[in-house]
Amino acid sequence: MTALTKLFRTTTFRLSLTYLALFGAAAVVAIFYIYWNTTVLLTRQLHDTIDAELKGLAEQYTDGGLPQLVRTVADRSQTPGSSLYFVADPGGRRVAGNLTSITDELSNSLGPVEFEYSRPAEGGIETRLAFANVFRLPGGYRLIVGRDIEDRRELARVIRSAMLWGLGVMAVFGIGGGYLVSRNLLARIDAIAATARTIMEGDLTGRLPVNGSGDELDRLSESLNLMLARIEQLMAGLREVSDNIAHDLKTPLNRLRNRVEAALHEPYGEPAYRQALERTIEEADGLIKTFNALLSIARLEAGAGGDNKESLDVAALVRDVAELYEPVAEERGLVLRADTVEPIFVRADRQLLGQAIANLIDNAIKYGAPERAQGGNGAEPEVSVTTEAKGPMAEIVVTDRGPGVPSSDRERVLDRFVRLEASRSEPGSGLGLSLVAAVARLHGGALKLEDNHPGLKVVLSLPAESQALLNGVAHQAPGHELRSA
Amino acid sequence: MRVLVIEDDQETASFLRRALKEQGHVAEYAADGQTGLELARANAYDVLIVDRMLPKCDGLAVIGALRAEEIRTPALILSALGEVDDRVKGLRAGGDDYLTKPYAFSELLARIEALARRTSPEEGSTRFVVGDLVLDRLSHKVTRGGEAIMLQPREFRLLEYLMKHAGQVVTRTMLLENVWDYHFDPQTNVIDVHVSRLRSKIDKNFATPLLHTVRGAGYTIRDSAH
Repeated sequence: MTALTKLFRTTTFRLSLTYLALFGAAAVVAIFYIYWNTTVLLTRQLHDTIDAELKGLAEQYTDGGLPQLVRTVADRSQTPGSSLYFVADPGGRRVAGNLTSITDELSNSLGPVEFEYSRPAEGGIETRLAFANVFRLPGGYRLIVGRDIEDRRELARVIRSAMLWGLGVMAVFGIGGGYLVSRNLLARIDAIAATARTIMEGDLTGRLPVNGSGDELDRLSESLNLMLARIEQLMAGLREVSDNIAHDLKTPLNRLRNRVEAALHEPYGEPAYRQALERTIEEADGLIKTFNALLSIARLEAGAGGDNKESLDVAALVRDVAELYEPVAEERGLVLRADTVEPIFVRADRQLLGQAIANLIDNAIKYGAPERAQGGNGAEPEVSVTTEAKGPMAEIVVTDRGPGVPSSDRERVLDRFVRLEASRSEPGSGLGLSLVAAVARLHGGALKLEDNHPGLKVVLSLPAESQALLNGVAHQAPGHELRSA
Repeated sequence: MRVLVIEDDQETASFLRRALKEQGHVAEYAADGQTGLELARANAYDVLIVDRMLPKCDGLAVIGALRAEEIRTPALILSALGEVDDRVKGLRAGGDDYLTKPYAFSELLARIEALARRTSPEEGSTRFVVGDLVLDRLSHKVTRGGEAIMLQPREFRLLEYLMKHAGQVVTRTMLLENVWDYHFDPQTNVIDVHVSRLRSKIDKNFATPLLHTVRGAGYTIRDSAH
């Protein structure tokens, strides 16, 4: 496809052509309408004038017969103007009037007629258009009263040429403008297409050009760039996950295999085998848990699992989960306090949100004991869970008095399999917070880690349901839809 | 207990049959949905174990067809799909319980025994009695040897579930699902701590313990005198 045909095929160019045709047609209609109206008006004036002249001449004729008529006509013919007179004898010869001669056609016709006549002008004779009324007088005489209408013919000519010129200029500007705009647009589209091609070839860092004008193409490019950033992030995540899976799943698998192999070679008999098998099952269970968590995160990040959202009270759910963990906290010498004052409704999957809250509380209990901080930090060994409505968001805040997370690591611990050195002594897969982050994202919320001075403060925020929606559901107990007991 | 296993994987099926026989149950087997549906129609089973993905007729369709014919045999769905939506779909199709692969046999056994018990008349009774421990579901009162025991609402529900399945093994997952309605892994031994709290209330000051831990499986409440 040549550059020119490509240009002609652009939407802008076709649009310019369409508009050109439309405006052209409108202009023609408008000019024609004006022309036509003017003509009607002029014609009416013409008829009125001629009628008035005729009336006057008819009076003269009634008063003094043909001679007086001829005299009057001769008189009037002396006055310069656009009125034309002619009185012809039965032979068609001129008796009086300012027309030099008349054609046979004119002398034979009767009533209103348009004709051309000649008159002397500078440097010769010119032919002009006229309109006249022809009357037959007694005795074979004829009276012709008319007016020069060459001006009207001139007007038509002027209008016609104005129309043609106008259309021509319009066409030039239309096509030229369309060409320029299309060429500019085509250049930008070509740039976008070229970038898209390099991205498809595997360079995910490429971004579409944005010229800062904020027009629709810019906005489209910006949206596509955001999409590309998300894709790049997902791809990077995928790569990282496969690396992590290789490490965090292969290591226990290898351990498991070694143990079974060692047990096979052991000469100590059944009790040793039994012990090895039991530990193998334990290890396998751990692997299954890790695997399940990974699959859950992957599914959540792919946007699955949003089908079972219901309107539920976060405060009630937080109290419920806190109650589940309260004895565990107590066993570890911690106080677990759930501070939820008023109900806050969100649209969420009860199981997923429950699991997210459980993970946060579980983390706080596992890593939030003050003695874990170097030499203890003297704070009350307390884990607190609160819910609060903050503007349009419902916030679930879990705080502890443990060693906290250094601000440099706060982003990183949300990634899969990331476990800080300090936490290695506790069992865990390093997937807990990743799952919470994925649940938050699925519900249109966010997960933030902050400093609790001392300790860690985790804020899970979700979009709260508006007051209007709330009225309908406030009376229903939140979702115990399926219960198998 | 007469069990029908509808499972297309030969090895899994024969493992299940052998293990169920060892537990004293009669296990029959169908390799595809069509055969399974015919067997379930023709015979009276106590429990069906149905794999979700089956040749010829999908597991959920088998259960759906049976329910449409008013055959109410309790069905446990086995599936590799473990997500919440899949569980909901399975239960909506008429399944009574849902177990994700891979599973521990002890978990499966505890669940089918609980399912088989559901059809027994005990389900609807208002009073559960194990030894000298009595739980009244209407007045929400628990007594042991005539002595009142004060329980928190959740502890009451925990004991209620255990006593409803008295003599049977109840797994930690079953407790989490049925007492708390949570279908996720709580990471920590939360259930154990709750059970040990309950145990301290109902067993501590009495000579014979009623609440027992079953190693590698879960818990059971029973009167050891019987």
